[in-house]
Amino acid sequence: MTLINRLFTGRHASLGGIALLALILIVVMPMALDLYRLNLAGRYLTYAFVALGLVLCWGYGGILSLGQGIFFGVGGYAMAMFLKLEASDPESTSIQTTPGIPDFMDWNRITELPWFWVPFESLTFTILAVLTLPAAFAFVIGYAMFKRRVSGVYFAIITQALAVVLTILIVGQQGYTGGINGITDLRTLKGWDIRDDSSQYLLYYLNAVLLIGCVLIGRWVLSSKYGRILTALRDREDRVRFSGYDVANFKIFIFCLAAFMSGIGGAMFTLQVGFMSPSFVGIVPSIEFVIFAAVGGRLSLLGGVYGALLVSYAKTLFAEAYPQLWQVMIGTVFILVVLILPYGLASVVDRYWPLLRSRLPLARRSSASSSSTTESRP
Amino acid sequence: MDGFTTQELMAILAMQGFAGVSFFSVLLLMALGLAIIYGQMRVINMAHGEFMVMGAYATYLCSITLGQFPGMTDYYLFLALPIAFASAFAMGYLVEWVLIRHLYHRPLDTLLATWGLALIMQQGFRSIFGAREVSVTVPGWLRGSYQPTMMIDIPLNGIAILVLTLFVTLGVWWLLFRSRWGLRVRCTTANREMSGAIGINTKRVDRMTFALGCGIAGIAGAAFTTISSTGPTSGSLYIVDTFLVVVFGGAGSLLGTIASAFSIAQAQSVMEFFMGGSMAKVLTLLTVIAILLMRPEGLVASKVRR
Repeated sequence: MTLINRLFTGRHASLGGIALLALILIVVMPMALDLYRLNLAGRYLTYAFVALGLVLCWGYGGILSLGQGIFFGVGGYAMAMFLKLEASDPESTSIQTTPGIPDFMDWNRITELPWFWVPFESLTFTILAVLTLPAAFAFVIGYAMFKRRVSGVYFAIITQALAVVLTILIVGQQGYTGGINGITDLRTLKGWDIRDDSSQYLLYYLNAVLLIGCVLIGRWVLSSKYGRILTALRDREDRVRFSGYDVANFKIFIFCLAAFMSGIGGAMFTLQVGFMSPSFVGIVPSIEFVIFAAVGGRLSLLGGVYGALLVSYAKTLFAEAYPQLWQVMIGTVFILVVLILPYGLASVVDRYWPLLRSRLPLARRSSASSSSTTESRP
Repeated sequence: MDGFTTQELMAILAMQGFAGVSFFSVLLLMALGLAIIYGQMRVINMAHGEFMVMGAYATYLCSITLGQFPGMTDYYLFLALPIAFASAFAMGYLVEWVLIRHLYHRPLDTLLATWGLALIMQQGFRSIFGAREVSVTVPGWLRGSYQPTMMIDIPLNGIAILVLTLFVTLGVWWLLFRSRWGLRVRCTTANREMSGAIGINTKRVDRMTFALGCGIAGIAGAAFTTISSTGPTSGSLYIVDTFLVVVFGGAGSLLGTIASAFSIAQAQSVMEFFMGGSMAKVLTLLTVIAILLMRPEGLVASKVRR
């Protein structure tokens, strides 16, 4: 298989596949869906950022994190804090005992803006925080764990415990965080109403573009030499270590990258939905993110995106009609995927797409490249 | 901590300590089952909390059924314990056969699959028993409390659960380290192929081990009913703590599991008095994680070579 061939049809999201995704997200969906559904789709796409990160660190790096909600939450809360400060200017909060601070602080008899809220009055700082804070958190967690060679199941359990810790903190310190309700009632971004129709469209497009950017980053990382080493250390960590690589650094990097993407997702979520709450931080959302990646295909960047879209859509569809059935269904789907289809829907596409394509009159030339799809499975 | 005299402080410590004992008992019973399953088989059972809830609901059914007969109400626990164990055991046996045995070589995937199972079981409980929490009438002989001094007041049900936990722990110890069955389990853990070669039915051992772990979770559920009410999602509240107990104690070590359950439960219970439940929990979890990072093998390292 030649290099060109691998670059264009390889297993990490072919360019054609990415173009198709871009077409669907940017052209088809806005045309086919009304604004309400488009906004919903945008919300699902923010989950896709997290699923992408999980494909990278879980599917390729072998690092299962059950705490991706942490990073989604950090990004989302950073954005929400900025928007909340803007929404609580002294004029619109003049009925409070202390005007100019967020309403929930006033309810909790806090009279001064806490120090860690102050920098979030600046949009520049907020954007920087969204881009760096989740990765910084991930760096601290990853450094502490991977340097100690904590991995596999232990890592999963500890990240899960950290997600619990963060949730309890947010819920418990409601004067500083808005508690169980989260940070609500977000209206404007620099005077620009984020809730009217045109801004909803704009935010959706921004979201879609960012997502495709993340897919491209992921693809670039995976097709580089680094991606090879990552796969190698997933399958035989000791051999990579004996070959002289510092395994921990590689793991820290991919974990940070996953956190970075999740953080962007969180911030976009806040912008599109207009609130952020601890129910997107804890165990349940964190595992749901893993479900997205698992159903879509843990070895496929595009699979992660489609998985997030499909599962969330199914959730909205069924949870509205049959709330009782939904939980049983998602549980069953999850079990079946793990048992029968460990590489998710993407593996089905990988298997049948070349067959289908060879029947089509169009591109007969490169159907041989399909053999590469099974190559890297552990 | 000012504002308390030394004597008051001692009384607070003693009482919170005993309040922690109930938590310790449930935590240890849960962790024992999980430690058996994880320590011996490397399977992560995320549905462990749901097996506990299953035992709790079995206890609830027993208390209702026996509540029909006057005079029997006080003794339903003696019927409930074996039934709670048996129902969770049977369910565990079934789950191993349907699900777990296909996943032994993929430990992270057992975690995901059992999470799916947990979702299904939760919904099952909700459909059968309703979303509202149910509680049993605690038997009269467990209701009082024991007062050694004026300020200290120890509820009897806490003592009863502690005694039950002691018996179960001893039973597990005996089963694992003194019985022929335990020998086979430990053999299989140490070297699966060799155990198979010398005539141990390793598949049967796996199934029994998993079912036994689930059965003990059922007993934990029975104990749980005497200190709290049961809802469909009660189990999921315990699962993170329980996992940390197992990992913190050092997987595969009974002594480590006991020590870590005790320290986690006590730390949380004593801190709870001074800083409220949520901060106590945060501090406890963070401390445990910090210690785990310094000592990833847990308190008592197992001697299994990996």
